[in-house]
Amino acid sequence: MERKIRVLIAKPGLDGHDRGAKIVARALRDAGMEVVYTGLHQTADMIVKTAVQEDVDVIGLSLLSGAHMTLFMDVTRLLKGKDMEDVLVVGGGVIPEEDIPKLKKAGIAGVFGPGTRIEDIVEFVRKNVKR
Amino acid sequence: MYEKRELNKIRDKRVDWEENCYSNMAKECPERKNKFENLSATKIKNVYTPEDIAHLDYIKDMGFPGGYPFLRGVYSTMYRGRLWTMRQFAGFGSAEETNQRYKYLLEHGETGLSVAFDYPTLYGYDTDNPLARGEFGKCGVAISSLQDMEILFSDIPIDKVTTSMTINGPAAIVWGFYIANAENRGISKNAIGGTIQNDILKEYIAQKSFIFPPEPSMRLIVDTFEYGFKQVPRWNTISISGYHIREAGSTAIQELAFTLGDGLEYVKSAMERGLLIDEFAPRLSFFFNAHSDFFEEIAKYRAARRIWAKELKKLGAKKDRSLLMRFHTQTAGCSLTAQQPEINIVRVTMQALAAVLGGTQSLHTNSMDEALALPSEKAARIALRTQQIIAEESGVTDTIDPLGGSYYIEWLTDKIEEETYKYFDKVKRFGGVIPAIENGFFQREIAESAYKYQKEIDKKERTIVGVNQYKMDEELSIPILEMDEKGEHRQINRLKKLRKDRNQSKFDRNLKRLRKAAEGDENLMPYILDCVHSYATLGETCDVLREVFGEYKEPAIY
Amino acid sequence: MNDIASKVLKGDPRSVARLITLAENSSPEAAGAMKDIHLHTGDAHVIGITGVMGSGKSTLICELTREYRRQGLEVGIIAIDPTSPFSGGALLGDRIRMMELATDNGVFIRSMGTRGMLGGLTTAVYDVVEILDAAGKDIVIVETVGVGQAEVDVIKIADTTIVVLVPGLGDSIQTIKAGVMEIADIYVVNKADRSGVEQTLAEVESLVDIACTNKDRKTPVLTTVAKENKGVVELIDEINKHKKYLKKSKMFEVQRRKRYEAELVEIIRKRLMNFIFDESKFKGKIESLIDQISNKELDPYTAADEILGKILK
Repeated sequence: MERKIRVLIAKPGLDGHDRGAKIVARALRDAGMEVVYTGLHQTADMIVKTAVQEDVDVIGLSLLSGAHMTLFMDVTRLLKGKDMEDVLVVGGGVIPEEDIPKLKKAGIAGVFGPGTRIEDIVEFVRKNVKR
Repeated sequence: MYEKRELNKIRDKRVDWEENCYSNMAKECPERKNKFENLSATKIKNVYTPEDIAHLDYIKDMGFPGGYPFLRGVYSTMYRGRLWTMRQFAGFGSAEETNQRYKYLLEHGETGLSVAFDYPTLYGYDTDNPLARGEFGKCGVAISSLQDMEILFSDIPIDKVTTSMTINGPAAIVWGFYIANAENRGISKNAIGGTIQNDILKEYIAQKSFIFPPEPSMRLIVDTFEYGFKQVPRWNTISISGYHIREAGSTAIQELAFTLGDGLEYVKSAMERGLLIDEFAPRLSFFFNAHSDFFEEIAKYRAARRIWAKELKKLGAKKDRSLLMRFHTQTAGCSLTAQQPEINIVRVTMQALAAVLGGTQSLHTNSMDEALALPSEKAARIALRTQQIIAEESGVTDTIDPLGGSYYIEWLTDKIEEETYKYFDKVKRFGGVIPAIENGFFQREIAESAYKYQKEIDKKERTIVGVNQYKMDEELSIPILEMDEKGEHRQINRLKKLRKDRNQSKFDRNLKRLRKAAEGDENLMPYILDCVHSYATLGETCDVLREVFGEYKEPAIY
Repeated sequence: MNDIASKVLKGDPRSVARLITLAENSSPEAAGAMKDIHLHTGDAHVIGITGVMGSGKSTLICELTREYRRQGLEVGIIAIDPTSPFSGGALLGDRIRMMELATDNGVFIRSMGTRGMLGGLTTAVYDVVEILDAAGKDIVIVETVGVGQAEVDVIKIADTTIVVLVPGLGDSIQTIKAGVMEIADIYVVNKADRSGVEQTLAEVESLVDIACTNKDRKTPVLTTVAKENKGVVELIDEINKHKKYLKKSKMFEVQRRKRYEAELVEIIRKRLMNFIFDESKFKGKIESLIDQISNKELDPYTAADEILGKILK
């Protein structure tokens, strides 16, 4: 049986803009993946524990408040601590160009800003999933 | 509006034109698209004629500006008398930094203030709450106490400038900060004016900055209505908002239908409390989005006024002031592109023009860089200049409702009204707005529209310049706003000091009294103001209410 | 013992999660570990919860779990959502209502898509129940939307089955798949602060009077307001009573036996099918048989005899 890619879509932080997260979740589902959606206001600890239990291959983080430098990195730090670097982490939101290299260095493999085609996200996930 | 004979003649001519002119021409030069549809998926015909508005009765359905049904405008003089208020939504970092930005905007001709709060503030958390991690000052200014509000408005004449505050869950408390600040400065409550957004229903539906469950939230809102018209008569105690519904991905029709539905829900709640409609309704205000479909937006504002006037009349409102819908407009943040950001100036110009042609009472124009970061000073100034050009140079302000009577606009206005009533019926079948929210009706409708829109863009069925067409490689040259990194530290120290210095027994007593009142059914505003005056912080005051009211959890809709 | 199995028995969350994935994908690795853990299962009480969309199941499960945690019990939750028949993907969103349990180490939540495999879902859920049981969960809750046959079958795994209804959602009783109402050991009318609750209660009670054939135990009907944690303690009492009843009436053993029987049948069926359809030595044969059937040279029954004859030899 074909192995399904499992994805966790999570919204860390306090902002309630879930339009993008929901669109991406639907698009990944329509691409045949199993998408676990956490809803709003997740702490890094909640996201990583959920990722463990759901044994996901990918974590997609969405944040539009500008707190990505702190909150995305909280997630990658916890993943590193749990030896879970084989999980592909991607992020999206209003993210200034200059932050992208720093996020990539911290382990956010893909960063998707406004205007991204959802198919590009699907493709990226397919190509880069590590397990 | 036309004689039957005249209409028949027009019809015959049109049929002739369709068959002999249009279709012949279309054979040689086919239509550009398979279907012509606006953003709400309404089919648009090749041409509109008197036939499309034949059923309208000018006096009854359109009327004159300043009179029922207010289709053509809420005031008889409109922009010939006074321009709309140019009110730019702004706030970032600490109270000190935002205070500087306000003064800058006022110096450049802005005529009203509009406060953006950061996320911890919107959720009723103080800056030093662990849940506030990483969010300080990011999307707005952090206001945790009366003291921060004092700094935010220092040296700003709040008896002359009106202030709009985008705050919902903790609106009553933040409004309390504003009122207390005025009182401490010796300014009468009669002299201050402005708006609190205070619209919790659209938070459940779209923006998701909620704290308490629906029932206590509605109570707090009605408390502010009652306190407002009695004590702070120039204040709009609610701004019933479609803006965020649209930003979450709805169509124009959904925006209008859901917003008006929310508005009627507030009116009913206040009436159930025993408030008189003609006392509180004049202080209700609205807030809409201005998206890119030019004519649909204009028709939306016009339909909004007519539906509101009709519905309030049905509910027993007598005064004109109760029937007329005043609204603020903001251009669509979600339409801005991160690609070629300068062209956002053009988008914003057209959207702002639609708002003005639709008769808005105040307007925010977005800055070109907002898909990238918080607006820089220059970007914010250009956005303001855009409004000034429309107001002063374009001439569109010289006559009232200049598009009134356009076959297309009047037909579209009617169409939007009709579709809105269909949504009202759907919501009724759920048993009202709150059960529909709990069932996820609105959330599902919006998520579906958002997904459809995105897929259309991806498939290039809908063109977004710079995103899926007319793309280019570019070096981004937009300067990014730098925030004072010490702001957060300063704010946390200020909070610590405030908690140490304040009169502890007065603080304890006032919070205890608030808790008791919250458990009962008195109006909470006076108790909240007592807490505010004793320098209880936003977080501390909200915590009392959280304990009594509980917290809202959203239904799982995706 | 298999390494992953021994870690599962110690309750290591990552190993539990990984083994579930392997089992869900019918991986050969899973079979080995499943053999090792079976001896350590059987202690968890399995609760099946089903009901229509919008009945507040997830919130109710969240509150039930919190109550069990207060009693010091560990809980595993399996939340099942339909897989899209078009794309094969699924949106698994039941966790949203349970996020406050996310950081509690005594709770393990796993979302599963139905994946549209005939019988496959049921086998996978058997496995997940066993894994959570082996990992030391005292209670395992299986949640499904009570609309399809697969969901009805899955819920039969449970020792105690709860059907959740709500007042006012039109005909919530009618919208539930026929056959679901009959399997309830306990009915819960959730959101009982809504109007119309009396009517719903009356409808359920009359249904119980007609449908309940058990002389020893009348199916109880409870009311809850999950979001205010009302009626949850009472529901747990009722679950415990049902558990006692099962033990006393020996129904417990009968039910468990049925479960193992079904599980065995499923495993054999699945392996047999895999053996026939995945093994390369049959692939060409099957293709040519299908060609012959299409050309009316052969009938499907004879073709089946031919394949089975090869296996049974």
